[in-house]
Amino acid sequence: MAMHEAAVVVHDLTKRFGSFVAVDRISFSIERGEVFGFLGPNGAGKSTTIRMLSGLLLPSEGTATVAGADVAREAEELRRRIGYMPQLFSLYSDLTVEENLQFYGGLYGLGPSTLSGRMAQLQELLGLGEVLGRLTSTLSTGWRQRAALACAIVHEPPVVFLDEPTSGVDQSARQQFWDLIADLAADGTTVLVTTHLMEEAERCTRLGMISRGKIIAMDSPHALMAGLDGLIFVAEVERPLEALQALAGQPWVRDSALSGSRVRVRVADGTADVEGQLRAVLDSAGIAVERVRETRPSLEDVFVALVGDAGEGEAA
Amino acid sequence: MRRDPVLIRILIIAPIFQLIMFGYAATTDVTNVPVVIVDQSNSPESRAITNSIRGSRYFDLIGHVRDPRELKTVLDAGQAQLALHLPLEFARDLRRGEVAQVMLYVDGTDSVTANTAASYMVRMLQGFAEGVVVERMRLRGGATGGMPQIEMVPRVWYNADLRSANYMVPGVFGLIIMIITVAWTAQSVVRERQVGTLEQLLVTPVRPLELLIGKSIPYAVTALISATEIMLLAIFWFKVPLRGSIPLLFALAAVFIVCNLGLGLLISTITRTQQQAIMATFFFLMPGVLLSGFMFPVSNMPWIIRQVAWLIPYRYFLEICRGIFLRGVGLGVLWPQAVALVVFAILLFGAGALAFRKRL
Repeated sequence: MAMHEAAVVVHDLTKRFGSFVAVDRISFSIERGEVFGFLGPNGAGKSTTIRMLSGLLLPSEGTATVAGADVAREAEELRRRIGYMPQLFSLYSDLTVEENLQFYGGLYGLGPSTLSGRMAQLQELLGLGEVLGRLTSTLSTGWRQRAALACAIVHEPPVVFLDEPTSGVDQSARQQFWDLIADLAADGTTVLVTTHLMEEAERCTRLGMISRGKIIAMDSPHALMAGLDGLIFVAEVERPLEALQALAGQPWVRDSALSGSRVRVRVADGTADVEGQLRAVLDSAGIAVERVRETRPSLEDVFVALVGDAGEGEAA
Repeated sequence: MRRDPVLIRILIIAPIFQLIMFGYAATTDVTNVPVVIVDQSNSPESRAITNSIRGSRYFDLIGHVRDPRELKTVLDAGQAQLALHLPLEFARDLRRGEVAQVMLYVDGTDSVTANTAASYMVRMLQGFAEGVVVERMRLRGGATGGMPQIEMVPRVWYNADLRSANYMVPGVFGLIIMIITVAWTAQSVVRERQVGTLEQLLVTPVRPLELLIGKSIPYAVTALISATEIMLLAIFWFKVPLRGSIPLLFALAAVFIVCNLGLGLLISTITRTQQQAIMATFFFLMPGVLLSGFMFPVSNMPWIIRQVAWLIPYRYFLEICRGIFLRGVGLGVLWPQAVALVVFAILLFGAGALAFRKRL
C-alpha cells in the first residue's frame, strides 16, 4: 500500500437486492487514521455498505478498495487487512474471552508467541484483564463489545469496520468504547463506524450522512453543523406530536422534528419574532407552550434539513 | 408462527408425506421374498413347485443355480433371502410315497421376515404334497403305496437363532450415526448463522472449504466415537456377532458420515432458525428410516416406494452394516452398496458445500 493512498476508496458502489436498491452509487474515501462515521437511520444502507467493504456481500456495481485490496477481486488479501465487528455480538458464548482471542488469532495465522504478545497489548489497550477468563455469555453488554473489538483487531488490521458497536450499551460504557476508538485511530488505524446516535457521530473526524442508500452529506461534524443555514429553536410543549403537526405546515418553518419530548424547528436567518409566531400557532391549536429558546444546531438538525431537502427534490 | 412460513410449510407438508410413507412402507406383510432354486430333480414335480413359487405373491423367483454350493454366494450377496434345494431323489421319493426331503436355506439376517417366509414355504410345500395325494387318489382310486410327504430341512444362515437383536442392532449402528451427523450439522450451522459467529468467521482469511472441513471434522469424529460405542455395546451386551472386517465397517461409516454432513449442510441452507432445522431434519430422516429397510424390508413395499428407496443413502449403509456384522462379507459382495454410498457422499457433500458457499 502506497503511503499516500487513502485507506478506503469507494467509487459508485451500488447494491441491489432484487428491485430494491439498498446502496445507491455512493463514493467516498477515508484517509488513514480517520474515524469515519456513517450516520443514518436503520435501513439506510449503512450495514450493507460495511458488509460490501468487508467482502461479505458482492457489490452489484462500482468498485471499492480497502487498505489497497479490491473488495470484489482480492477477498483474501482484504480479509487479512480488515477487522470487522458485526452488529450482532458474534463471539462464541461458550468460550472464555481468552479462548475467543486465541481462536480468532489462530484463524488469522498468528503464531503462539505473536499471539501472547498481542494478547498482552490488547489487555492493556482494552483493560480486558479482569474478564479474560470469563465465558463471554456471562459478560455485560459493554464488556462483550470490548471483547468483540479485541477479537476484531487481534491481527492488527490497518482498517477496522464497526457496525453499530454500541447498540444496547449504557451511556458510560459507550463513552469508554468511543475512547477506545479514539485510541485506535491515534495509533494509525483507520476506523469506519456506523451509528444512528448523533452524540456518537460528533466524535468522528468525518461523517457521511446516509439516507435511503445515498450519501446526502459528508464533512467533519463541526463543518456540517456550521454549514447549516438558518436558526434553530427548541420548544418545550405539552403535546409534542400534535405541536409538530401544527408547525409543519407553517410557511416560516423550514424543518421541524421531534427531539425527545421537545420540538425543534429551523427557520431562515432573519425571521422576525420566531417565539411569538410559534406561540400564536400552538395557542390556536390549544397546545400549551412552556418555553421557547434558540439553540446551536445539532447533527440531527443537519440530518433533518438534508433529508427534507432530498424529499422535496424527489417530489419536484 | 404466522411470521415463519418455512416452519408452517414443514408442519403442513410433513404429516401428509409421512402418513403416505408409513401407510405404504410400514407393512409387516411379507411379500416378494426373493427366492433362488436349485432344481437337481428336474422332474414334473419339481417344475410344478418352481411354478407355484413363481406364481406366488409371497415369493419372487429370482433365478436358478446349478450347484447347491453356489447358493451360499447368492445368499451372501443378499440377492435372495431363501434358497430352495430340490435334490436329485426328490421326485423318486415322492413317487414312491416316501418322505421326500428338500433343503431350505434361509438368510436369517431379518429374523421376522425369515420366519414368516420360511413358514409360507412350508405351507406351500405341504399344500403341494396334499395336491399330489389327492391327484393320486383320483387317478388310482384309493390309497396306493405310502402317503407322499415332503420334509423340509431348514438351515438358517447368518443369524442362526433368528434373534431380532442381531437384525436391529447393526441397523441402529447406522441410524445413530445418521441422526447425530445430520441433526448436529444442520443445527449448529443454523445456530452459528443466527448468532452471528458465522459472519465473524467469514471475514477472517479462512477459506470456505477450510471452514467447511473445520466445521465438519468435530461432528464426524463425534459420530465415529458414538459408532464405536454402539459397536462395543452391540458385541458385548447384545451379543451381536461381528463377523466381518471392522476397518471396512468404519471406512464405509466414514463415507456414510460424509453423506450426512452434506445433507445436514443442505438442511442448514433452507432453514433459518434452529427450530426449523430440527423439523426439517426429522422430515428428511423419517423416510430414511422407514424406507431404508431398517424396520420393514424394502422388498415388501409397493413398486413406486421401492424406487424411492434407491435414493436413500442409509439404505445402502444398512445393507453394509448387516452384511458385515452378520454375514461377514467384504467388499467383494458389498461393492455395489459401497459404490452407491461413495456416489451419494460426493453428490450430497458437493451440493451441501455449494449451497453453503452460496448462502454465506
